[in-house]
Amino acid sequence: MPEPILDVEPILEVAGLRKRFGGLAVTDDVSFAVAPGGIHAIIGPNGAGKTTLIHQLSGSLRPDAGRIRFAGRDVTSLPPQRRARLGLARSFQITSVIPGFPVLENVALAVQGRSGGSFRFFRAAAGEARLNAVALAALDQVGLAGRAAALAGALSHGEKRQLELAMALAMQPKLLLLDEPLAGAGPEETTRLVALLSALKRHHTILLVEHDMQAVFALADRISVLVYGRIIATDAPDAIRADAAVRAAYLGEDAPEGEWPEGEWGA
Amino acid sequence: MIPGLIRRAWLPLLVLGLLAAAPFIGFGAGHALTLLARAMIMALAAVSLWLLVGGAGLVSLGHAAMLGIGAYAVVALDAARITEAAVVVPVAMLAAAGFALLTGAVAIRTSGVHFIMITLAFGQMAFFTAGSLTIYGGDDGYTLYGRSLVAGQRWAEDRLGFHYLCLGLLVAALLGGRVLLASRFGRVLRAARENPERVRALGFSLYPYRLAAYAIAGALAGLAGVLLANAAEFVAPSFLAWQRSGDLLFMVILGGLGSLHGALLGAIAFVLLEEGLSHLTEHWRLIFGPLLVLSVLHLRGGLAGVPGQMAGLLRRAGRPPHA
Repeated sequence: MPEPILDVEPILEVAGLRKRFGGLAVTDDVSFAVAPGGIHAIIGPNGAGKTTLIHQLSGSLRPDAGRIRFAGRDVTSLPPQRRARLGLARSFQITSVIPGFPVLENVALAVQGRSGGSFRFFRAAAGEARLNAVALAALDQVGLAGRAAALAGALSHGEKRQLELAMALAMQPKLLLLDEPLAGAGPEETTRLVALLSALKRHHTILLVEHDMQAVFALADRISVLVYGRIIATDAPDAIRADAAVRAAYLGEDAPEGEWPEGEWGA
Repeated sequence: MIPGLIRRAWLPLLVLGLLAAAPFIGFGAGHALTLLARAMIMALAAVSLWLLVGGAGLVSLGHAAMLGIGAYAVVALDAARITEAAVVVPVAMLAAAGFALLTGAVAIRTSGVHFIMITLAFGQMAFFTAGSLTIYGGDDGYTLYGRSLVAGQRWAEDRLGFHYLCLGLLVAALLGGRVLLASRFGRVLRAARENPERVRALGFSLYPYRLAAYAIAGALAGLAGVLLANAAEFVAPSFLAWQRSGDLLFMVILGGLGSLHGALLGAIAFVLLEEGLSHLTEHWRLIFGPLLVLSVLHLRGGLAGVPGQMAGLLRRAGRPPHA
């Protein structure tokens, strides 16, 4: 399905992306564009190819065909670290922090990556006020400033999620690529994280891949639905909710009225 | 700050203090000083390997090659009648760093078991090359005309002078290593050891950092090679043998990967234990082996973790039951 032309230059533009594993087309001619500002969500049942798509967007997996444009340049063949330097920050589906580092140093490392000049051999990095100030501000933004001195490995699951967000924010990215940020979070943590994401979207562009439908419909400004490797619809949440093809893909033809979007599907 | 340092690092400080005092507390005899010098030199080499294994997470099984290249640089210059340390030391360190850069450029592209095997392969290449250098005695090795001159003086010939030279360089390496690991550069290395994918996602290309670390560690091992050649006044291909790489790796693990001074503790313990046991029986390896296995099994955090474990035991012992 051709993507309708956006009236603004998209920050991320994916065109004709394909990836096969053996005989299986896991990403099958995927095209969509993410406009700057707000949250663009990608949903889809299990096995729809969300993780494979994320890996291609972040650069850890090379597509067989198609193009990925980010921030005005073709990044299809760039490795993850180059995309990160262009302003693509990601969080991982399985929380990924530096467990042996204090919380503050995790974020300071993210600041360091953006500020360049890490071939410095003498001065103690932990004492660099400039790095630490930016890091602390990012921690404050996600509500984790009080835990700055704790070891990252000792944080609760929800706190690690917050830390990941702080690391991504500290990179001052053009696009936040969040891979199931609510996965594994309890009800209370989910409420807190949803509030946090909804605050972040005012100043950041977020591409959100998420299983939690309630959260997605509460947060997203646009939603793309991925089924069997293909995008079957990209639209505003209300239109997606009413889309017959989407309902069929999720619930089958005879789905009773009013059952969705609630709870988790495909789980 | 100072009391904190003593509390955290009393064991390595004690060991360094004992090494400094050794000539005056009954270890001033020739053979004792020779043994201690060897222990300190191996400790210097172990510190350089620790930077790779404990710092950057690069487990190399070819580190003796760097040591041996440093030693063979002394040989090559000695054969050309150049013995001034101001020339020998930089040449040896650059030679070892150059070898590290060349082989590292390939090896760093791999990781895990592949990195171990490829460093071993490069190490063996260097070993066989050394054995084929007939101008330097081939497999029989090469006897130096004498120790290196320090600013034209026969300072290194003096037993005490050499003892404190080794100790001074060891302390400098430990301090320098700490500074390096705490720097921006070291932070990237340490983070990449724990979670490389994460560090790449933050925008870092790990290759240049790891390659630079490999070259720095190579240079430091080259310095240890200079000292080793001077201590023995003899250099042989066995300096580069993979068994020595294995010994170095063992010292690092025995000492503990938690902190840099583990390399110091591991190397000193290894050399002294080896010496002590070999006096007891000629089958000393039968005791040495199981001891090493037990230490790995029971010393979590290695020798460097012993003070922490002891403190934990004392706390538990001092607490009333059911409190």
